Amino acid sequence: MASHPQKDGAPPPFGRRPPRPPCVLLLRHPLQFSLFNRPLPDNFHFLKPWESPLPLDDFLSSDNACSAEAILTSGKVPVTADMLRRLPEVRLVVTTSAGLNHIDLAECRRRGIAIANAGGAYSEDVADLAVGLLIDVLRKVSASDRYVRRGLWSSEGEFALGSKLGGKRVGIVGLGSIGLKVAKRLEAFGCAISYQSRKKKPHASYAFYSNVYELAANCDALVICCCLNEQTHHMINREVLLALGKDGVIVNIGRGSIIDEKEMVQLLVQGELGGAGLDVFENEPKVPEELLALDNVVLSPHTAAFTPESFSDLCDLVIGNLEAFFSNKPLLSPVLDE
Amino acid sequence: MDSIGVLMACPMSSYLEQELEKRFHLFKFWQVTQKPQFLKEHSGSIRAVVGNAMAGADAELIEALPKLEIVASYSVGLDKVDLGKCREKGIRVTNTPDVLTEDVADLAIGLCLAVLRRICASDKYVRSGKWKKGDFKLTTKFTGKTVGIIGLGRIGTAVAKRAEAFDCPISYYSRTMKPDCKYKYYPSVVELASNCHILIVACPLTLETHHIINREVIDALGPKGVLINIGRGPHVDEPELVSALVEGRLGGAGLDVFEQEPEVPEELFGLENVVLLPHVGSGTVETRNAMADLVIGNLEAHFMNKPLLTPVV
Repeated sequence: MASHPQKDGAPPPFGRRPPRPPCVLLLRHPLQFSLFNRPLPDNFHFLKPWESPLPLDDFLSSDNACSAEAILTSGKVPVTADMLRRLPEVRLVVTTSAGLNHIDLAECRRRGIAIANAGGAYSEDVADLAVGLLIDVLRKVSASDRYVRRGLWSSEGEFALGSKLGGKRVGIVGLGSIGLKVAKRLEAFGCAISYQSRKKKPHASYAFYSNVYELAANCDALVICCCLNEQTHHMINREVLLALGKDGVIVNIGRGSIIDEKEMVQLLVQGELGGAGLDVFENEPKVPEELLALDNVVLSPHTAAFTPESFSDLCDLVIGNLEAFFSNKPLLSPVLDE
Repeated sequence: MDSIGVLMACPMSSYLEQELEKRFHLFKFWQVTQKPQFLKEHSGSIRAVVGNAMAGADAELIEALPKLEIVASYSVGLDKVDLGKCREKGIRVTNTPDVLTEDVADLAIGLCLAVLRRICASDKYVRSGKWKKGDFKLTTKFTGKTVGIIGLGRIGTAVAKRAEAFDCPISYYSRTMKPDCKYKYYPSVVELASNCHILIVACPLTLETHHIINREVIDALGPKGVLINIGRGPHVDEPELVSALVEGRLGGAGLDVFEQEPEVPEELFGLENVVLLPHVGSGTVETRNAMADLVIGNLEAHFMNKPLLTPVV
């Protein structure tokens, strides 16, 4: 007699075969697991399209794939409406990223598909890097280090002076888990914090601006901590950057496309913007050539979350989310509609 | 006041030079080719010396300037001033505390982040085009790491406050335990180094603290430990530090100061677990101006018989 998969998570009645493990479509083997040789949980059946000779499209249409009840993806592999249409059993999407811009959120909503992301697993490390980048730009840390290594301190004398961090007005764009941690850290350096987000946060004591242009006009530095979506795409445009000004500094640990990269590069080259600390770019891993010649920018290869702790926490979270969902328990890091 | 001779020991700030020239007869010691002759010629008019972290007033110079009344240092550290000799001769000494505290503490944390998170190495990775070929590697988390501070004065305290915002447990060593201090005290530097991940030097340079970071301390800090020096180069036994870094016995270092500035051991140039800065702890436009104003303020006060602003002797 064929057994029915138990949907309520209860143990099977005596005598029946145990239910099949839930089927999870793995779009790419997660870096966070492979880097530590951490095995994927064995109480799930992972479909691995790259092990099939079929191209992804065909694989998704095959019998194999259509039983998938969940998708596990990374920030680099999109979950599109088309993909979801071919996988009618999918009820959960788990992404190893904090960002959601690669997932068709509207389609998930329409289909009642739950979404779990990295939650707060990366927040500390990302906030730390944002602060590190800001200090580096203002105090010319990387530029001075290059100067010393080229032997120029002995031959040319002192390097150029930097700019004091204390007393700077710093505007945080997006006061979520990461933005709040950036604020807490920068307060200890004597920075005056203000922020912009869709809605004022009732528990935040920082000055609120409803629009990013006003924030920029009243700050010496901006730290981009928001997610990328239709509203925030190129939100940091030429006007906002001009408002930030000749001595203004921008730090981006969100997504490259939140900033109009072409405009930013032009303003940096022309000296209309003081400096930039960038962990993300519009077309990674491509970085605009013009930036490579500038001393007032610090460039980072999207590594804000690249620590063993963040990755280990993320692995725990992915496993925890899958197990919770398929035991009918609440997700550990659900992405909630706002 | 423009007949008062002021001897500036070395180049340090064109703003300070300008301001001194407006008020005094300024002599620039680094432009003098025959120093002994110069001193004989002008010793009658030089009543003040302005020094900094690189050059100040040693016993020899003090003896050569019988009219010297005040040494005003463009720095908070006074290791280049023979304080004993000044006391003996009734020469006043001033420095520039407080105005540079925040900048130096900011840089200490900036160095922690730059070393642990490989910010400079990552920037080099991107600029060299390597990112197109593959991801950079994992680096070390800073939040929550244990931080040990040598010297809990103005700068040490400011460093601790900043590190606390990153949830770093703080411990310290100083000559005596500070009462009412919430941080954990260790009675020796070796014990401190054995119990922290990041060790930060923030004490003054004296005979006692010369080479306070020696082989034993470096061994205690270990292959995962990181040394941050925002004090003075001679706080560290530099050859020992270099071999420990090159051999992998020490995890990393963020260095703003060196034993023979501006010389920096070339063996360090190829290491990506070190960050090397050209003594820029107070190196911001805002702070250097404030330091210069304090030097001028102290000199003016002295020559107008008013109380000094920031006297040490």
